[in-house]
Amino acid sequence: MGRYWQEFFLRNGTALALYLLISVACWMLLMIILPQIFMLDFSFRTNVPPPLWGTEAHGYTLEHYQYMVYGSAQSTDSYNFVDLSVFGRTILTAIFVTLIDVALCYPVAYYLAHVASGGWARLMVMALIVPFWVNELLRAFAFKIMFGSTGIINNFLVAIGILDQPFDFIRNGVALYSGLSYAYILLMIFPIYNAVESLDKNQIEAARDLGCPWWRIHWRVVIPHAKPGITSGCTMVFMLTAGALAAPQILGGPSSLWFTQIIYQAFNQAGNWARGSAYAIILLSTSIIFVLCMMKIFKVKLGEIAR
Amino acid sequence: MSADVQLDQVWIRFGDFVAARDVNIHIQEGEFFSFLGPSGCGKTTLLRAVSGFSEPSEGRVLIGGRDMAGIGPNKRPTALIFQNLALFPLMTVWENIAFSLEVKGVGTKERRKKAEELLELIALPGQGEKMVSELSGGQKQRVAIARALAAEPDVLLLDEPLSALDLKLRQHMRTELRAIQQRVGITFIYITHDQGEALTMSDHVAVMSQGIIQQVGDGNTIYDQPETAFVASFVGENNLFKGKVSEISGDYALVDTSAGNIRARTSKGEERLSAGDEAYVFIRPESLKIANASKFDNRIGANIKQQEFEGSFWQVFFDVEGSDRDVKLSTVNDGSTLIHKVGDRVDLGFSADMAIATPAGELAAE
Repeated sequence: MGRYWQEFFLRNGTALALYLLISVACWMLLMIILPQIFMLDFSFRTNVPPPLWGTEAHGYTLEHYQYMVYGSAQSTDSYNFVDLSVFGRTILTAIFVTLIDVALCYPVAYYLAHVASGGWARLMVMALIVPFWVNELLRAFAFKIMFGSTGIINNFLVAIGILDQPFDFIRNGVALYSGLSYAYILLMIFPIYNAVESLDKNQIEAARDLGCPWWRIHWRVVIPHAKPGITSGCTMVFMLTAGALAAPQILGGPSSLWFTQIIYQAFNQAGNWARGSAYAIILLSTSIIFVLCMMKIFKVKLGEIAR
Repeated sequence: MSADVQLDQVWIRFGDFVAARDVNIHIQEGEFFSFLGPSGCGKTTLLRAVSGFSEPSEGRVLIGGRDMAGIGPNKRPTALIFQNLALFPLMTVWENIAFSLEVKGVGTKERRKKAEELLELIALPGQGEKMVSELSGGQKQRVAIARALAAEPDVLLLDEPLSALDLKLRQHMRTELRAIQQRVGITFIYITHDQGEALTMSDHVAVMSQGIIQQVGDGNTIYDQPETAFVASFVGENNLFKGKVSEISGDYALVDTSAGNIRARTSKGEERLSAGDEAYVFIRPESLKIANASKFDNRIGANIKQQEFEGSFWQVFFDVEGSDRDVKLSTVNDGSTLIHKVGDRVDLGFSADMAIATPAGELAAE
């Protein structure tokens, strides 16, 4: 170990080596470790105003986690149906959105990697990336306008006679699902593209030569090869969708609530940082456990995803 | 089952580039047929037209008498062995071999059985559970052959499958491939730029250059009776003298070269020599003799430039007046030491039957 550091310093020079070490340490500590530790700590403390932080009143408790499950003591329900159902719906919707993204992105990634040629492929990649130069909030508003009762989609469907009157895409969640699916689509396309692109074209031809119909080529050759990329994309899209705030805030119908909105309310409206922290920890750990389970089921290793 | 393959006036174009030009070949049922040519000569393109990955721009491909136009590679009675083998790395060896059966919906038990039979055939019994990555180069090679044979093709197509192997293994696999072909009895079409492979394994060889079939014949014919300058210069080693035909008599031509008049057999290609034509005369190094008492049709004065000892052979290089190329002679090392030294002036002799005169034309790159 000592030798490793010695070599590290020799190879980079003292100044650069120190800079690298300090910047990485700061990044890890300030951006990742400390905030999470504070959050975790907060989630287990009673909710008291900031002046009392650190005093005896700011003691440890499980009340916020209990609240998530059982609701307030005054409530007549035995469980906190509101928060639990929002939580469940958020996770289910995130899974649904992830599946939609896989279904949309796999063909696009395959097309980009193995069908489209040079200039055309580059043009398509640009067309995918450029919309993401626009801020996430603005994109959400654009979806809201598009799916609105006098939006282009309703106007079109009414004009060609499919609908008699405008359909409420927003109240029915269509706008939200579309917005969420689009929000992180690049994070699905590029990992799959990278994985599919590294597949030797001869393998596809070999399978075809051995009598394989096209769907089975994908099932037996391309998808197994792309599995780490698909998992990587799914992980990111699922995590980010479950934790999304802007799209649900803008595109969600009046009656639908996203779990992150409850966390947001706890922090910003109820002034209950402790409960917000507890809920955030619940969301984070559930997402992580879910992803780890999926990786176990699909036999993917963490190292393959990070590649 | 085996089938013959017929290429009928096949042209293949990519934009302005012509990859195959009016190819007419009939490959007999059950034979080992090779396409031999330098890289970029169009041989792989022809193979892809037979396997169905591309369609000829003009002309027809017939397998077993059936026109293959519009029939995809997954529906043709052919199996292709790729240059890089293209084994499936995420499947076990037996799954690779039985893949074509899986596609046909054959049950697991039967697939295992068939895979094990083929593993026997390729001398890898009991190795089915291994992953492809655990095999050596030669073993992968054999698994690729087994995978192709499992599809029970009428025609097996091989695209330079030995090029990734080292020399020893390559020579061993030649023998093995030939043996497998004779055992299964189906038509093999083999693509290679290695003349050793083509000459040793094949019943017939087609020599190709720039999309044109130069000559089709068995190995001996290709070597001893080249029909074009390209074949003479590409297959084996040959000494070349450029000149002009001064006289034709029967099957022989008298060619006026810078090294003097040379009498040689005329080549039997489509294009025939006549008096006044530009001609190339080719003489194999092993047909040249240092002339002393013996009588030869042709004699050329030359100076010994270099003598190389190669164990069973001596290679002797000569300077010949009026020629910028070295002339090479090889002779068996029969125990008697060479009696000449570097710098000696000698006469080189050879019979007219051992020299071939072809029309001047494209030469193989050296």
